[in-house]
Amino acid sequence: MSASDDTTADAGLLRDYDHGDHFCEMFGRGAIECAHTRVLRDRLDAMSLTSLRERAHDAELELYNFGITFTVYTQKDAIDRILPFDVIPRVLAADEWAHIEAGVRQRVHAINLFLHDVYHERHIINDGVVPGDIIFSNDNYRPEMDGLDVPHGTYVHIDGSDLVRDQDGRFLVLEDNGRCPSGVSYLVENRHLMLRTFPDLMDGLPVRSVSDYGARLRAALEETAPAGVSEPTTVLLSPGTYNSAYFEHIFLAREMGVALVEGRDLLVDNDRVYMKTIRGLEPVHVIYRRINDDFLDPRAFNPQSLLGVPGLMQAYRRGNVSLANAIGTGVADDKAVYAYMPRIIRYFLDEEPILPNVETHLCREREGLQYTLDHLEELVVKPVGEAGGYGITVGPHATAEELAQCRQQILDRPHNWIAQPTLDLSVCPTLVDTGIEPRHVDLRTFAVTGRDTWVLPGGLSRVALKRGSLIVNSSQGGGSKDTWVLED
Amino acid sequence: MSILLSRYAEDLFWIARYIERAEAVARILDVNETFSRDSRGGQNWQSVLAIYSDEPRFFREHASSSAENVIHFYTLDRRNPTSILSALRMARENARAMRPLISTEMWTQINIFYNRLQALGPQEITEPRLARFCQFIKEGCQTHTGITEGTFYRDEGWCFYQIGRQIERADQTTRLLDAKYHLLLPSVDQVGTPVDASRWNALLRSASGYHAFRRVHPSGLTASDVAGFLLFHRAFPRSVLACVAEISERVTELRSFYAIPGATGVTGALDDLRRLVDDADIEQVIRDGLHEYLDRVQRQLNTLSRDIGREMFGHPGTG
Repeated sequence: MSASDDTTADAGLLRDYDHGDHFCEMFGRGAIECAHTRVLRDRLDAMSLTSLRERAHDAELELYNFGITFTVYTQKDAIDRILPFDVIPRVLAADEWAHIEAGVRQRVHAINLFLHDVYHERHIINDGVVPGDIIFSNDNYRPEMDGLDVPHGTYVHIDGSDLVRDQDGRFLVLEDNGRCPSGVSYLVENRHLMLRTFPDLMDGLPVRSVSDYGARLRAALEETAPAGVSEPTTVLLSPGTYNSAYFEHIFLAREMGVALVEGRDLLVDNDRVYMKTIRGLEPVHVIYRRINDDFLDPRAFNPQSLLGVPGLMQAYRRGNVSLANAIGTGVADDKAVYAYMPRIIRYFLDEEPILPNVETHLCREREGLQYTLDHLEELVVKPVGEAGGYGITVGPHATAEELAQCRQQILDRPHNWIAQPTLDLSVCPTLVDTGIEPRHVDLRTFAVTGRDTWVLPGGLSRVALKRGSLIVNSSQGGGSKDTWVLED
Repeated sequence: MSILLSRYAEDLFWIARYIERAEAVARILDVNETFSRDSRGGQNWQSVLAIYSDEPRFFREHASSSAENVIHFYTLDRRNPTSILSALRMARENARAMRPLISTEMWTQINIFYNRLQALGPQEITEPRLARFCQFIKEGCQTHTGITEGTFYRDEGWCFYQIGRQIERADQTTRLLDAKYHLLLPSVDQVGTPVDASRWNALLRSASGYHAFRRVHPSGLTASDVAGFLLFHRAFPRSVLACVAEISERVTELRSFYAIPGATGVTGALDDLRRLVDDADIEQVIRDGLHEYLDRVQRQLNTLSRDIGREMFGHPGTG
């Protein structure tokens, strides 16, 4: 059924939609009107809620049947869940995207220069711009990387930036993900799903394709192969089928046309890496690893790890294999280092950050701690080492008891916490049980770097499905939306 | 030529085996239901346990081999590794690991099939509904087979998939025959004499072989005819001979066309298996002892499977 087939009697999908004082990705706010969403709005408005719901149901069923799932582990069971998919897309205008793209590229560039410096001369520390203890007390700092040169100085081949938009429609960086950012498979699959189930919504609109992510990634990884290897063999190293992101590993291996391997499929002999094939051992030159540093090589890191490959670190240090992302990139996406990112950008690039940070108070600093404790009920408090939305306290939504607990945690280990103002994140019209309502969204972008940086024209818009909630992480009940970047 | 990880080859081998196994168990349950009703109303579910040598495990959990207990044990019992649910769970797990390699349709079908199966409640497998349940399983497995035939890329992986299926199929045919033969035929003297036709019908039907058998033997039905057909008829797709012929072709393809070094290492076990079934004479086999013969075939299939593991999947050798 196409949108125009709906009888107009019960059409008017967006008629009762009210985004209040939030910035809306579809309708803007105040003087900003989001003219670029006009066609989509008209098309949605021609639909009825009933037909939208039916088609949304079909779309979710398809995700489940295709196994586009992540796995949630309980004590008893492993349950495959789909990332809930909201069928109303989020649209970015060409100029908005150009701004984001430039900002992300700048940030990735600065992060790579920063990592090189941290593992070499440490100018930025010696010049007093970033305090050394933030780096060296960080669990993700890897002394094994000191003095090691990586091809093209690329440490972070795949970078995910979490962006949010404030009440004025301004994009801010909320978080950098320089270890193993995930989610790109959902982004691409969301698009495919949208094309299958709602071709009428996108028909004729100049939406930029997201389909060549795999080819771009493979090319970038091959650019960073060890010197002298003309036809590198690339593999994707996964912890295996029990990993919650396993679907994504499959997706990436397939899209790149490379083997999806587990630690047990690889071995290191004479500081070279091989995979075990039906023809015997075949050399491996580039590893896109979706295993954390800790588990990568039981000889170098966690000796308990069964997921890794003994001797891999030595082969890496010898320059016989490239790892993406490099070891030890976690020092750059730490939430404490994040606070210094504008200074890092100025220091290395002599430029102002194109995408500003969210104002951040470091509890490790006296003023930051005092401010945080004085304004706890207004702030979002985050532990510096966690990902996935764990351990966050959202002041305005917390009970007195939760606030007291949070206060105690901060006092116990101040250096472990940062605080940020509660932002009024932008919203998107979203299909929920009660109809179409505004829900908060963020945007994760994906940047791929070999010799140069390419930013995927799109992103994973994560949506907090609970009314008023600001936490969009999939592990915390968030969903996602297809994100359209329009051509000029 | 593509690079095929040893683990991938092994997973493909096992996807095929588990699907084939699930289908075989469904066939056996289906026919046993007809069987047990047919003869004086007596229930005979213990014979299914005998087919898989599962009696010790079964009786640790259950006091009696009632229809209800045995059927549950082989259908929805999560803890029993030989249940249909376990076989299809393993097939799905292997398919999940092979998603980079298999077609999207293959994965989607197994995924939907398994999700429907595990959503079934115990009322779906009670005796009146058992036939429908078995039909559901057989159709799901056959749909998998058809989708695979029509969509799966034919490289070395296909050879391993086929070898896995044929080894399992040959094994299941010998088990079916082994267990039923003794029940059907109390004494060797009766070999060649007409027997209770309905029971042999049931045996042939459980292997989907009745119509084919009738084309070869338009009238009459003797034990040796049935056993000979199930074991040695080259045109019957579930006969041991046909399975071994297919295995042989795929191993040759791996060795000659794909030049897999390890394929040469399994020819010894394969030759032994071929000697056992090529040109075998059913009358002679029965005289020498059918059970002993079937046992030898099963052991030889295991040897072949083990050698494939050692030579091509990278399992440590047994010395």
